[in-house]
Amino acid sequence: MTGESAPPARRGLRARRGRPPWILLLPALVGIAFLALPLAGLLLRAPWTTMGARLTEPEVLSALWLSLSTATAATALSLLLGVPLAWLLARTGFPGRRLLRALVTVPLVIPPVVGGVALLLSLGRNGLIGRHLDAWFGLTLPFTTAAVVIAQVFVAMPFLVVSVEGALRGADRRYEEAAATLGADRTTVFARITLPAVLPGIGAGAALCWARALGEFGATITFAGNFPGTTQTMPLAVYMALQRDPEAAVVLSLILLLVSLAVLVGLRGRWA
Amino acid sequence: MNTRQPTGGPVLDARLRLTRGDFSLDVGLEVAPGEVLALLGPNGAGKSSALRALAGLLPLGGGHVRIDGRDRTTTPVEHRPVGMVFQDYLLFRHMSALDNVAFGPRCQGVPKAAARRRAAELLETMELGACARLRPDRLSGGQAQRVALARALAVRPRLLLLDEPMAALDAGTRVDVRVRLGRLLEGFAGAGVLVTHDPLDAMVLADRLAVVESGRVVQQGTPAEVARRPRTAYVARLVGLNLFRGSAEGTTVTVGGPKGAQPVLVRVHEPCTGEVLVAFPPRAVALYSERPHGSPRNMWRLTVEGVERFGDQVRVRLSGPAPLAADISPAALADLGLARGTAVWAGVKAAEVECYPV
Amino acid sequence: MPEPRPRPPRRTALLAAALLALTACSAGQDPRAEGTLTVLAAASLTDVFTALAGEFETRNPGTEVELAFAGSSALAAQINSGAPADVFASADTDTMALVADGAGLEPAWAAEHGAAGAVFATNTLRIAVPPGNPAEVADLASLADASVATALCAPEVPCGAATAAATDAAGVEITPVTLEEDVRAVLTKVALGEVDAGLVYATDIAAAGGAVEGIGFPGSAAAGNDYPVAVLAGTDTPDLAADWVDLLLSETGSGVLTDAGFGTP
Repeated sequence: MTGESAPPARRGLRARRGRPPWILLLPALVGIAFLALPLAGLLLRAPWTTMGARLTEPEVLSALWLSLSTATAATALSLLLGVPLAWLLARTGFPGRRLLRALVTVPLVIPPVVGGVALLLSLGRNGLIGRHLDAWFGLTLPFTTAAVVIAQVFVAMPFLVVSVEGALRGADRRYEEAAATLGADRTTVFARITLPAVLPGIGAGAALCWARALGEFGATITFAGNFPGTTQTMPLAVYMALQRDPEAAVVLSLILLLVSLAVLVGLRGRWA
Repeated sequence: MNTRQPTGGPVLDARLRLTRGDFSLDVGLEVAPGEVLALLGPNGAGKSSALRALAGLLPLGGGHVRIDGRDRTTTPVEHRPVGMVFQDYLLFRHMSALDNVAFGPRCQGVPKAAARRRAAELLETMELGACARLRPDRLSGGQAQRVALARALAVRPRLLLLDEPMAALDAGTRVDVRVRLGRLLEGFAGAGVLVTHDPLDAMVLADRLAVVESGRVVQQGTPAEVARRPRTAYVARLVGLNLFRGSAEGTTVTVGGPKGAQPVLVRVHEPCTGEVLVAFPPRAVALYSERPHGSPRNMWRLTVEGVERFGDQVRVRLSGPAPLAADISPAALADLGLARGTAVWAGVKAAEVECYPV
Repeated sequence: MPEPRPRPPRRTALLAAALLALTACSAGQDPRAEGTLTVLAAASLTDVFTALAGEFETRNPGTEVELAFAGSSALAAQINSGAPADVFASADTDTMALVADGAGLEPAWAAEHGAAGAVFATNTLRIAVPPGNPAEVADLASLADASVATALCAPEVPCGAATAAATDAAGVEITPVTLEEDVRAVLTKVALGEVDAGLVYATDIAAAGGAVEGIGFPGSAAAGNDYPVAVLAGTDTPDLAADWVDLLLSETGSGVLTDAGFGTP
């Protein structure tokens, strides 16, 4: 309403922000170099000409497909379980909540291989719960594609929970109070008010979770094993290739990298 | 005013007690149907806490909340017959104005179409029909306030709570928005409780004021009563009066004055006795360089503490045995040649001084 | 770069100098003190070499044995890029050949014991089953049964190559549920009972204590590994290094090796 129709200031007249201070710029540049150098190493060593041929190999295609589908399934499962868990951590007070938060971050800290062993001990054929699954339903998880998803959920879900919890803590709770005064119960408040407010945080968490699931190696190979077509995801294929043919491993890594980058960049554009 | 409760009792009857650290709140509130009560007080006095406690957003340590005679002390927020307008309105950013207003009825189980119809009607009565499809970030401050009011009214509350409804508005739009809000509140049949720190808002929008200081109600009454007979220094400052406390005998009130100083005598028109408050407006104070002769009124020797513009007048703050404010014209200021530290005579007619028991 | 870089060059130089100084400090120290023998060995030799190091230090007062264990190929890569070491013991002859062709062996020692190192132990494959052998595995042919869940080493890793040799020799075709990245992973899955059987080295079964049971099969020796040891060209204590190899080849050495499940040549 107030007509701010002043002509846009000319570039030359705009106050200068100056260049970024060295104390920030220098570590940032070192950080960039630190991240970019290994990637450059990969790119320079890559036998680019063989990439096309690799992509048509059925084992590579099946590993890539398995990776993409299991990582997506793991992200979906993490969303289903992790968002309510983050809500519980951020919005309720109960004894032992600090302990629970520490528990959530355990998979971030322990080596994934140990995570895999832990999964075997709980969900394996002779595991705490696994033995009953076997006895009652004839269901054994290890060495199945489901086990790949479970291993990925175990390792990647904390990323989602931590970022969604952060988003929930950052969200203005007064909107939730406003909704409550309008008669909304806690479920409605969560679904109609809280969830839309933290959607960007959930998106970021899901992307992190997906990326982590895609790169998962240790827990997967320990809990799900390694068999082409059912449990050999790209990282496992890369590791195996590294034993025999390092060049092939480089190519496989790059394929994984490019595909995941394409997916993440594509999604990012959609969120904005 | 329009509808009377069958019981004839107040819509709201509440005693709110709660403690938070050093702060304790203990206020009793009663609001009749169609009445708007303003809680007026400085920041941190506990007005907002009281409002949140009424809504159920803050648990009470003691006391009760009764609405239409039913005890709602432990009723969860979402089940209280309460509508609330928040300070920053807190309109849901991801919903249109219409969906914001329809949100409450939907939560109460009204079918979608009916809820939207009710919302559209409410927006229409608030002259917001054209804004119904807009997101909150496209609304002006005044429009957002009315959408927030419509949203609170859409749940057909018996108790309407307004938390600093004018605070988020710029000074230019306030006058207009205040008048509109006042009109809309007049049509509300339930009880209204308004929290504000602005006496003007309180006077225009409320039928009755309760002044809250440090968690207690220090004064209650109609806006006219409070404006004429303030009971605390805070209220006196709010309504712009000079206030003293003393003991009266006949038409003379002895005011303590600052420690160690001689008591100050204030002459009043109507005789009164016992502990009293005396109040007079700054415009009733006349200033002189020399003591004038033969005037039967209050006359004190005071020192100029500061001078500031006040509308088309100049407000002179004076210190001395009777610290007070005086409003004089700019011409008088020039004539007297007042500056900080100048000694002047201040006179007030006894007829201008209001005297009332503590 | 199209734009001139805004960074003053002097600070960059300073930083580089500081970094150089830091690296120079750490490179200046020699990790080997007098009378110290550095032995790099395949991870599967951890227990054996740790036991022998105590014995060696008792026999040679004043000397100290420093042991480092890792995968053979990782160690070979370290040696070939100049890591200081006196003795290298590998889990296979191919890896030893890499070192012999790379950093090289101590010439005098090699002339006496062989240019590809001296084989001091052998390791053979066995079938590992969980305690009690729930799937009643009898021999290699049992593993071809689809109802027996089997874990094998992936063909890409050394134990996988040995597995392939063994199954080929026996004429058995096994479809495993998983191809593990190393022999320990196979052992873990057998020990946890996640699989009914796995092919691992005899030493792994010995090391697992009672966690798994071992079943031998005919022709397993054909799929064995030779463990060579050698004194490295980079040694500055060739005599001490040769003594270590002698201890390994002695009766004391073979006793410890046998206890750990190794065969001796």
